[in-house]
Amino acid sequence: MDRREFIMVGGKMLFMTAATAAALEHVMAGTPEKVDTYKAAEHWWALLIDVEKCIGCGSCVRACKTENDVINEPFYFRTWVERYHIEATDAEHPIVDSPNGAYDGFPEAYEEGKGKTFFVPKMCNHCADSPCTQVCPVGATFITPDGVVLIDKDYCVGCRYCVQACPYGCRYIDPRTHTADKCTLCYHRITKGLVPACVEVCPTGSRQLADLKNPSDPIHEFLRTHAIQVLKPQMATGSKIYYNGLDGAVR
Amino acid sequence: MPGVQGFMYPNEVELQWSILIVLYPFITGLVAGAFILASLERVFNVQAVKPTYRLALLTALSFMLVAPLPLQLHLGHPERSWEMLVTPHTTSAMAMFGFVYLWYLMVVLVVEIWLDYRKDIVLAKRSKTGFVRLVYTVLALGSDNISEEALRIDDKVGRFVTIIGIPSAFLLHGYVGFIFGSIKANPWWSTPMMPIVFLFSAIVSGIAAVMLLYIIMTIWRRKQVDMACVDTVGRYLFYAFLIDFSLEMIDLIHRIYEADESFRSLDFMVHTRLFLSQIVLQIIVGTLVPIAILAVIQVTKFTARIRTALYSVAGVLTLIGIFAMRWNVVIGGQLFSKSFLGYTTYKLEFATREGLLPAILVMLLPFVILAVLIYLLPPWKDEKPAVPKKPLTPAAYQIN
Repeated sequence: MDRREFIMVGGKMLFMTAATAAALEHVMAGTPEKVDTYKAAEHWWALLIDVEKCIGCGSCVRACKTENDVINEPFYFRTWVERYHIEATDAEHPIVDSPNGAYDGFPEAYEEGKGKTFFVPKMCNHCADSPCTQVCPVGATFITPDGVVLIDKDYCVGCRYCVQACPYGCRYIDPRTHTADKCTLCYHRITKGLVPACVEVCPTGSRQLADLKNPSDPIHEFLRTHAIQVLKPQMATGSKIYYNGLDGAVR
Repeated sequence: MPGVQGFMYPNEVELQWSILIVLYPFITGLVAGAFILASLERVFNVQAVKPTYRLALLTALSFMLVAPLPLQLHLGHPERSWEMLVTPHTTSAMAMFGFVYLWYLMVVLVVEIWLDYRKDIVLAKRSKTGFVRLVYTVLALGSDNISEEALRIDDKVGRFVTIIGIPSAFLLHGYVGFIFGSIKANPWWSTPMMPIVFLFSAIVSGIAAVMLLYIIMTIWRRKQVDMACVDTVGRYLFYAFLIDFSLEMIDLIHRIYEADESFRSLDFMVHTRLFLSQIVLQIIVGTLVPIAILAVIQVTKFTARIRTALYSVAGVLTLIGIFAMRWNVVIGGQLFSKSFLGYTTYKLEFATREGLLPAILVMLLPFVILAVLIYLLPPWKDEKPAVPKKPLTPAAYQIN
């Protein structure tokens, strides 16, 4: 190889390395940061709520507001708890309350033995066929490959159509950002192998995170052996919040 | 919680869509209705309504230009609204608004008005001077040919655009109805009747608005009201109203008879919180009374003066009724809980971003635009001056 050839080949190689490096950097810029070994396609998240275990303490509501920086006012909730009271003589008209979303639990209200009283925790149902993602005009709300409905706050135009479309009242407009907000199933936690904050703090284990794609998840056994219900099944939203022991009066 | 009765899901206590969203279907309805009235003359050759043809088109354009404004004022992030046009989410009914809107505005309304006015614009460009001349030169878009042949082509193309325009006007307002009618979570909105009810109420409101504008402007300009024209427009208003009212009654009777899970809750709402706006304003004052007035005119022989007055009253009541209908759909649909266990209240503020003041300004703006348009593109063609009240008798000149 003479000097002239060396300079030509060497120059070409130098140029190509730089181009390749630039191209690689460009490609890598679009790939998500690796979170350990988490692969979204290997999960399909759901949540099990056992109505019979809920004591209405409101720990989940407080934990959720703290963990997710939910504005602390009585009408912005990612999760809340409702108290149903049904008189034995009037099953048609349940009396429902949720003072401050049960942030401070519930005051005593009903005497023992008169009708039935129970607590129903509510949150985003992370529907597989969610009406909220269907109606979003810009696609700012979407379902992840692992089955969680999320909102891109940098993209949301704040039209509130999704709030109208949710049959369960799970969405609100965050007055600080003027964008839609709701439960993320603590996506920042579950993708790191943790459970959502509400599940973490529940003292009776009323809430259980479930991975429907994991064959060894106890959810499969539970679903097989219990009568499970979702909220408003007539809405056909493919809700993935499964309730055990849910009374027919609950809406 | 103040204003709440029974149980609401906590996030439902705040209303999402305000009076500005009430204006949105009201304004687009006026656009669609005015255009459909204009196309009567053009496509179906109803010569009697000719005096309202150009006025109807200009009214439609004035309101159409304002239609996106209440939406922009309402958005949490109006600066991102262009995302709906560049990256629309195809399953969203709302995402289609920009396209339906632009199609209707740019392809139908503007083209039709321009073709119809081209001769006037070119003539004005030739005769005026200074800045006004410049305006007309821009409006002419470089065209200067007003030969018989060119005008014949204008008319042919204009007619074609109107023919496309009729289904487009139907699409525009039917689509607005679909935005509400397709929300399965809300039983007050979710009905396949919604687009068609919206459409016919739009036709009613548009015809009433143009009729009123024509009467007011003609009297104001001291010209003679063309009674053949107003009678024909009034008759169309009557027919459209009958269809609209029937459709709304079918919906109502169906709901009452079916009485599904939401019925008790909605029925209670109509009898309490919506009683004034729904039963009194929408159904009685805004529908039955104007229908009765129009019906009486059909079967009696009042003088032109009395008929004009009656048409004006009917027109005003109609617009109140249609506005109340939009209010009851948009606001009413948010007053009850989706748990069917409670009700909330809408608090109309005044000088806030979504308050009454911006709503009034948004409603006044189309009239300002209309005034400018009428100045630039006068819609009047050879009219009779108003008959002088009484010729002055020589006695009137006598000085006592």
